[in-house]
Amino acid sequence: MTAPRMALPGGPPGAWARALRTGLGSANAAPVYLVLLVIFVVSWVIVGLAGGSFLTVENVTSVLVRSVALGIVSAGQTLVILAGSLDLSVAYVISVAAVVSSVIMNGDPGRIVIAVVVVLGIGVAVGLTNGLLVTKLRVNPFIATLGVALVLRGLLNAAFDNFAGKVAPQFETLGYGGIGPLPWSVILLVVTVLAVWWLLRSTPFGHHLYAVGGGEETARLSGVRSHRVIIGAHILCSLAAVLTGLFLVSRIRSGAPWIGPDGGYDLESIAAVVVGGTALTGGRGGVWGTLAGVLILAVLDNLFNQLQFNSFLKDVVRGVIIIAAVAIYAQRQRRMSR
Amino acid sequence: MSVGANGAPGDVTRAAPAAPGDEADPWQRRLVRLMRGAGPIFVVLIVLLVLIALKNPRFIQPAVFLASYLKPAAPLAILAAGQLFVIVSGEYDLSVGSLITVTVTSAALLIHGDPALTYPILALLFGIGIGVGLINGTVTTRLHVPSFIATLGMLLILSGGIFYATGGAPRGSLPENFRAFGRAGIEGVPFLGQLPYAVIVLLVVGTVFWLLLHRTNFGQQVFAVGGNARAADLAGIDVAAIRTACFVLSAVSAMIAGVLLGGFAGVSAQVGETYEFQAISAVVLGGATLGGGRGSVPTAIAGALTLQALFTLLNLFGFPAPLRSVVQGVIIVAAVAYASYRLRRSR
Repeated sequence: MTAPRMALPGGPPGAWARALRTGLGSANAAPVYLVLLVIFVVSWVIVGLAGGSFLTVENVTSVLVRSVALGIVSAGQTLVILAGSLDLSVAYVISVAAVVSSVIMNGDPGRIVIAVVVVLGIGVAVGLTNGLLVTKLRVNPFIATLGVALVLRGLLNAAFDNFAGKVAPQFETLGYGGIGPLPWSVILLVVTVLAVWWLLRSTPFGHHLYAVGGGEETARLSGVRSHRVIIGAHILCSLAAVLTGLFLVSRIRSGAPWIGPDGGYDLESIAAVVVGGTALTGGRGGVWGTLAGVLILAVLDNLFNQLQFNSFLKDVVRGVIIIAAVAIYAQRQRRMSR
Repeated sequence: MSVGANGAPGDVTRAAPAAPGDEADPWQRRLVRLMRGAGPIFVVLIVLLVLIALKNPRFIQPAVFLASYLKPAAPLAILAAGQLFVIVSGEYDLSVGSLITVTVTSAALLIHGDPALTYPILALLFGIGIGVGLINGTVTTRLHVPSFIATLGMLLILSGGIFYATGGAPRGSLPENFRAFGRAGIEGVPFLGQLPYAVIVLLVVGTVFWLLLHRTNFGQQVFAVGGNARAADLAGIDVAAIRTACFVLSAVSAMIAGVLLGGFAGVSAQVGETYEFQAISAVVLGGATLGGGRGSVPTAIAGALTLQALFTLLNLFGFPAPLRSVVQGVIIVAAVAYASYRLRRSR
């Protein structure tokens, strides 16, 4: 029962030292940041030796912007995985959000609000469907969200076969604008991660999430309405996917049905969460680890780009790193539990 | 227990106390019990096949049935039978789709149209398959990486490797004696006409896998490991070895499916795409539970055949191609929802 120990610190909430400990320095997040640090330093040295520049404002910003899309959806994925579920439908939710918002806006700034409201509504509906399938019909989350993904894919491909609509020019600020050197997109990522962290740490919902993920039956018998918690996690995860879709469409300026699946956001977000030290079985982990997992993948991406590494070999190295990282945590976890 | 399914609600004989295992069981009741035991997937499959036959009467001609339905269904059915072992042992194998692509593209690259190389390269490919299975199994069981992640990493490694080796556009070609496995057959079989090799391979693999899972100690141990790994371990079963063997079987089934697909689908870098999800869908349609401990080879193959029948049917009715995935999605969710409802009710 490591989960409640992390999730339910005895003291009053808001103590920053403890907050930092439960967030950054917890048993699970610490090795992730160590891995991130090692990869960061190694990349720095390699790029430096190759005559490139790694630690510049420009390059670090590029790493961060690259992390935004995967980071936001992975923050949502963290919630469902902590609850002991998972979501394979996020890639198509991203596409739906991108295409629908772009079609509704069609270049008209006056329709930004309505477009955002509609796609957020779609996100709630998809998350609710996923959650109800998993809880009320007791469909295995792998199959439930795969089924929803197939349905969304079919509807999308039946309705659109290419770029459709156009975002309003003002909406592109989300993708390209910022305050000084700080892009809005990075602010969006940080706000999302902070929101998820606050939710997990300081709300009953967050504590119940850890409890349900640690053992649904136990949580239910302790009076937690486990179904509501799981459904809530699924809704928030779909909403995060919608935000990612909105960010992506603000950068590409027009929505296309392949945006989500081509980015591999379904499996990559799960990989990022797990590389971030969250247990795939639920109940253990946190969103800061996920952020580190996303940054690890982004730093690697940046390294390969700077070295003009063959883009296909990137996937090979990614695969190795994902497996190696999770293997390291598994060994550590086993040592600690002995 | 739920007797209600045996007859109509007003059936008088239902009230008669029949001891379980009664020798004088009417055959109808035995049939019902067999169906309930085997799972409703066969009923669904037969209904779909009848619907296809009603729409296109030529479909029931043996030659047409074999060539246009069973032959294209064989790779998925074989893949599902292999995936089943991994699922029953409580794991996932997401790497099979990319392994199919590896088989097809590397066979084309290495054989390069030279018929003399077919058999040596086939042997090499099976070696690679066994190797991939061993790595999947070892990473999962010895390094304790969840199989979802281990095989996802393997997927990335294999698909990245394929694209690196081929530059995105596969080179080389497959000679006729390689393609024969997927496209040719034994000619002049009485009544059937041509008996495709793919169907023979499916029968052989299906039988071997069925014997392995349902008639050997190994199979018993697979169920034990998937049902409760800790208990299996305490009972003296080498859990890691059993699970690794399951990954090897799954990888070998992917190689076989790849050889057949290379025959009739040809060489492309997308040939294996989405096959991992289709195989898992087929296994789950066949009544296996993700998480392990339940499943059977015949129903998993029936699950794959059902998916294929569904695609055939939607095709016949001129369903727009993209909407097929909508139907597939609804059906697998409905099947699992129904299975878990049945499971709960039977407790």
